[in-house]
Amino acid sequence: MSAGLDRRALVAALVERRGSALLLAGLGSPAWDLAAAGDHPQHVHLWGGMGGAFAMGLGLALARPDRRVVVLTGDGEALMGLASLATIAAQKVRNLALLVLDNGVYGETGGQPTATAAGVDLAGVAAAAGFPTTRRLSSPEQEQAAVDLLLEAPGPVLVQARVEHRPLPLVLPPEDAVTEKRRLRAVLGVGEASAR
Amino acid sequence: MSAVDWSEGAHRAIARAGIRLLAHVPDAGLSPLLARCGRDPAIRPVGLADEREGPALLAGAWLGGLPGLLACQSSGVGNLVNMLGLAAVGRFPLPMLVTMRGEWGEQNPWQVPMGQAVPAVLAAMGVRLFSLERAEEAEAVLDGALGLAFGSEQMVAVLVRQRLLGAKRFRAAGASPP
Repeated sequence: MSAGLDRRALVAALVERRGSALLLAGLGSPAWDLAAAGDHPQHVHLWGGMGGAFAMGLGLALARPDRRVVVLTGDGEALMGLASLATIAAQKVRNLALLVLDNGVYGETGGQPTATAAGVDLAGVAAAAGFPTTRRLSSPEQEQAAVDLLLEAPGPVLVQARVEHRPLPLVLPPEDAVTEKRRLRAVLGVGEASAR
Repeated sequence: MSAVDWSEGAHRAIARAGIRLLAHVPDAGLSPLLARCGRDPAIRPVGLADEREGPALLAGAWLGGLPGLLACQSSGVGNLVNMLGLAAVGRFPLPMLVTMRGEWGEQNPWQVPMGQAVPAVLAAMGVRLFSLERAEEAEAVLDGALGLAFGSEQMVAVLVRQRLLGAKRFRAAGASPP
């Protein structure tokens, strides 16, 4: 148990106001959080590819400049994908936002501390890379304003939300990545017929 | 080295396949193709900080309907191995073009371990391999590889062999490292 925001409530607030935005969750707790908020064809959940969520979000944002893309991931996954903050900043993608659900630990492997527990400031790293909008979020009163940034502020955006580390019910997303891929492509009108 | 520029045929095949995004980490062997694609307004170049961003980036782009290609040096293959799992499980088309080092007249021993391991490593991960050794065949090989990648949702790599690219010279031919 540690101090911080309720991660499930924060993700639920984002999902409630999602609109046409596409939500991509990195592996582990963020994928369970997004599943807990209710499955939807605009949601994609990763079960692996650690360190790849930011880059995958960039690809989606480049492909669909008409849509907002929000990546939700943990501090461990974000640290493994740190190089992508530079890649994203260089691409100047206005429709991409990153939400780091930072509990300071590797939650899926036994709660070992991550570098953010030692004070590494991911929002600061993103700001130094050139993200025009970065925010550290630690109080519930700022939550709606942070969701505004994620969905509307000129990107790339990074919000580092300090969330509590405590056991939560495991809510599993769909396990079949191919099905998730096809349903999102159908929503976006890029079905398999057009690809073949 | 051949008088024919392999990048010319490669670019024709890339354009015909509808590639719109070129994710890359530069390599001297790649530079003619990067320059040629850079002059093509239909192709957006995305410079990566690390090759392992590539499979994830292309998966996201494919989700949104944008076909891409990942181009890197053989050493970069070692950086991206685990991320191939994302393309494998999601059956994302993942075409890769790999310029080889460490195999034909290489003078930098640091390039040899990864360069020599590339075919086995990629095959072990389920990547379908194509070999490009003659510049005249570039267009046909790329046509086949890209057709397989997008037509059957496969991970595919075209290995551009060092015999075609030529070895980077660090010292006189035949001289051993000091």
